[in-house]
Amino acid sequence: MSGTHEDAVISRQVRRLESLLEAEGIVGGDTVDEVIDGFLAGASPVNGAKVVARAWTDPAYRERLLADGTSAVGELGFSAGGVQKQRLRVVENTADTHNVIVCTLCSCYPLRLLGPSPGWYKSEAYRSRVVRDPRGVLAEFGVTLPESVDITVWDSSAETRYMVLPRRPAGTDRLNEEELASLITRNGLIGTGVL
Amino acid sequence: MTDRFAAGAHVRTYPHDPPHHTRLPRYARGKRGVVVEPEGRAPLADVRAQGRDDARVEMIYAVRFAARELWGEGDHHVVLDLSESYLREAE
Ligand SMILES: [Fe+2]
Repeated sequence: MSGTHEDAVISRQVRRLESLLEAEGIVGGDTVDEVIDGFLAGASPVNGAKVVARAWTDPAYRERLLADGTSAVGELGFSAGGVQKQRLRVVENTADTHNVIVCTLCSCYPLRLLGPSPGWYKSEAYRSRVVRDPRGVLAEFGVTLPESVDITVWDSSAETRYMVLPRRPAGTDRLNEEELASLITRNGLIGTGVL
Repeated sequence: MTDRFAAGAHVRTYPHDPPHHTRLPRYARGKRGVVVEPEGRAPLADVRAQGRDDARVEMIYAVRFAARELWGEGDHHVVLDLSESYLREAE
């Protein structure tokens, strides 16, 4: 069996738990929805962009971010997501290495930093192909990397969530942190884009 | 408690198809990789998914595989997050 996460089982358990809590009067019928709405309201690629812009302008922050992503994004008031905070690992693109993220089992994603995931990220086509032929998939996103660049695909198969630290574009030395943040795209944070 | 595998350790994933949910994707079964880092402990998803609450808490490791090992071709790498019991020391 397997090949999928236990999402269906969890969904059933969650619905059952919700109805029990409501039946016992422990939470009102709207409480859970309100929590989820509040959670999603804070979820946006603007958050990931702020983290990256800080790392580009503050070398000490960049080091902390790469060493312990969970704590470093926590400094800015963010997390990868999860009711219980998920571990975040930030992977850095350089002249020699390019990183791209996926979840082949379902569609795990650093929701709070990147916002709700795009449809293609959840598609069978992306999930099955990017681990096998990342160069081919990246080309479809308009990204062509030199042969010498080593591509690493991070398949989030457990509790850790991944975010890419893209390369800072050339000619941006004069931009401030806010201006830099505005250059950063969601695809750049997934690794399916370069800036 | 010390981790069974350190960064740089050569490991091989289990090769079989278990009769229950697991988080070792099929494409990475019976494959040889190198530990990047231990990530932290979590209850084994294979047991939890069976509705049991006696899942043992295990270290999860980031493990890096060469595309050639996984697919027989390609020059990229794939990193997976794998529970300790999915792994054994590689020969
Ligand atoms: Fe997933």
